[in-house]
Amino acid sequence: MSSTGAGMIFLLTLLLALAVSYRFLGDYMYRVVSDAKHWRIERGVYRLVGVNADGEQSWGVYARSVLAFSAVSILFLYAFLRMQSLLPLSLGFDNVMTHGAWNTAVSFVTNTNWQWYSGESTMGHLVQMAGLAVQNFVSASVGIAVAVVLVRGFARRKTDQLGNFWVDLTRITLRVLLPISILATIVLIIGGAVQNLSGGTDVTTLAGATQHITGGPVASQEAIKDLGTNGGGFYNANSAHPFENPTSWTNWLEIFLLLVIPFSLPRVFGRMVGQNRQGYAIVAVMGILAVASIALTIGFESAHGGTVPQAVGAAMEGKDVRFGVPNSATFAAATTLTSTGSVNSFHDSYTSLGGMMPMINMMLGEVAPGGVGAGLYGMLILAVITVFVAGLMVGRTPEYVGKKIGAREIKFASLYFLVTPALALIGTAAAMATKNHETALNAGPHGFSEVLYAFTSASNNNGSAFAGITVNTAWWNTALGLAMLLGRFLPIVLVLGLAGSLARQQPVPESAGTLPTHKPLFVGMVVGVTVVLVALTFLPALALGPLAEGL
Amino acid sequence: MRLPTWLAQHVAALRALLVFTVLLGLAYPLLMVAVAQLPGLRDRANGSLVENTAGKTVGSRLIGQAYTDADGNPIPTYFQSRPSAAGDGYDPTATAASNLGPEDVVDTADRASLLTQVCERSRAIGELEGVDGSRPYCTSDGVGAILAVFHRDGFTGPVTRVVSVNQTGTPFIPSYQGVPVDSAKAGEDYVADGGVLVAIRGDAPDKPAVPSDAVTASGSGLDPHISIEYAELQAPRIARERGTDNATIQRLIDEHTDGRALGFMGEPGVNVLELNLALDRELPR
Repeated sequence: MSSTGAGMIFLLTLLLALAVSYRFLGDYMYRVVSDAKHWRIERGVYRLVGVNADGEQSWGVYARSVLAFSAVSILFLYAFLRMQSLLPLSLGFDNVMTHGAWNTAVSFVTNTNWQWYSGESTMGHLVQMAGLAVQNFVSASVGIAVAVVLVRGFARRKTDQLGNFWVDLTRITLRVLLPISILATIVLIIGGAVQNLSGGTDVTTLAGATQHITGGPVASQEAIKDLGTNGGGFYNANSAHPFENPTSWTNWLEIFLLLVIPFSLPRVFGRMVGQNRQGYAIVAVMGILAVASIALTIGFESAHGGTVPQAVGAAMEGKDVRFGVPNSATFAAATTLTSTGSVNSFHDSYTSLGGMMPMINMMLGEVAPGGVGAGLYGMLILAVITVFVAGLMVGRTPEYVGKKIGAREIKFASLYFLVTPALALIGTAAAMATKNHETALNAGPHGFSEVLYAFTSASNNNGSAFAGITVNTAWWNTALGLAMLLGRFLPIVLVLGLAGSLARQQPVPESAGTLPTHKPLFVGMVVGVTVVLVALTFLPALALGPLAEGL
Repeated sequence: MRLPTWLAQHVAALRALLVFTVLLGLAYPLLMVAVAQLPGLRDRANGSLVENTAGKTVGSRLIGQAYTDADGNPIPTYFQSRPSAAGDGYDPTATAASNLGPEDVVDTADRASLLTQVCERSRAIGELEGVDGSRPYCTSDGVGAILAVFHRDGFTGPVTRVVSVNQTGTPFIPSYQGVPVDSAKAGEDYVADGGVLVAIRGDAPDKPAVPSDAVTASGSGLDPHISIEYAELQAPRIARERGTDNATIQRLIDEHTDGRALGFMGEPGVNVLELNLALDRELPR
């Protein structure tokens, strides 16, 4: 079978598996977030945390709980990293220095998992599993919880009660993320991912050299790294490393894991607003954008344009043989369509246009299907903007699933949309203006692409990189830390505010003047609005980087 | 005593974080380590280590190795792995890709360009295996065939000067558009001086004899595989060095090829460490 043929079957089987899980996982998650009963272990958690699990919160209290939990998490992780040499299982590694610890603490709490460091030479096993991987779970739960609150805003009427953050956090973690992670860990071990507490083994190779075979609790971290769309690798080589992603079928599994929750969440939306077709419309928008992007990435990489790929005869630089070109390109697209940022091949060495696709995916705001939770709320914001634009064009009152989109709502939505492009572009400009772009590895337009990619990735909480650039400097660690922090929590506060504003409304009955939001016309409009907004925002920047290089 | 709300919230947050750290940061991974020690899982969870005929652990079947001597020259009795950017090559404590871009074509004082690295590898492998190592955009001496072309009016107008930027010796072509080609001087930046880079395709075959994975560094820097084509390219040398026929070597290659999972996932690859171990086992020198 040809590579392209096999690559197409690979993609089709993924789509099929996602279509099957849409209903099952979606319905399951719907029950998790709307269940009136608590599990016994959850009651134990609530007692230890000291919260009343049966009281609900207004959007302001919910937001303050999210921010308090995240602030405490950042401080805790920062302290953890700063004193790792005093702790067990540190493998003799030093304490992480100040700006690096700041960057990494923010990075993992914001679900970005941008990494300035090499895991295998910086982070001991205890920091990896009890510091970083804990945030892999809870940052993912926070994202899903915020998305669920926005959906409650649409679903509820005349209330300011939007749920209980501690309950949402606990349930999503214990009922959704943990069981799937346990299963995935075991399957990954079967594939060959390592799972031990060893500091590694020195072996003498066939050629007589010494090779240090590393150890660590890798599989358990790999599972949640993908499932929670986190992306922070145990090793520098991330999911290209054979101990993280040993075979071509674990590669399939990892792509599936990073897509499955984001693609199933629209089902939760449909169920909660009582119209499954609204969920189908949202997932259709995500699916169209995702398939188009994956197909283009595979196409550009398979065509291997550019001087070096032409000399080589294939875009194989930075790719492993067991994955090959089409499956590597599929991973690259999937990891940036979500907010994952793990990589099984190195985007910096992609063809100019193939490497532009991950950037565009992130610039889309990571909504197709986006990070766990973040993808759904991002897409719902775009749907709100679309009904507003459509309302302006045809003179209909903008409303979405029964809620009026008035001045207050559209302010929240517009501000939300502006945050990440502003951070990405201002950050890039600041790096260029302060000459910090000189740490780029590559020269010319590709060096600019490395800078643009870095800030786009940090602002959108992705975490992948054009990794040639050296970012282990005080300036880069501080600036990217800020971009990640603001890129995560400003949108979250705006989404929660929007949810509060929607929940207060009395639903408007559907009338002849209502734009149906479950029909193909609306799906097409959301796709159009998304692409046009992003093109207008980022085309000039792309023209200086990948387009200048590739055209 | 009742705490102010904002403080109570942060206390709850801290308590929640501690509870989750115990559950997710200790109980979960340690439970998984325990499960990983079950028979059937244990060897994999410990790194899929492999032994030689003497029973000594020589590496992991999942982690590639360099089959070069202390000077970095290929050991002719072994199949060679792909180039690696992990440390000095196949170093699991420094996994990495090259991260060099598709238009990295000009050598600098600090490092050779990606194009020149590809050309040089191709030339060297061609020499080792006794095949044509030429590639598009490569000179016969194994550097990137790149000209800096200077025009009278910047990007337009007649060509006034041409430099072969990666060559300090004799240029790979004598003239370009009627203008004689100069060799490069060390330390000059011809792009900054206004030269337009032109890559010269040359007359190398569209499908070079040396396969693409042989001239590129992998993503992990630890790629345990090479393509079947690269293994077959090396087969005659191995047969010669090991004193056997090509068919025996071909059989061993087939035995150590990992096909596509389920017939459609990924690409087939030959596991180099297992193949070389089989050579030592079946065809000891």
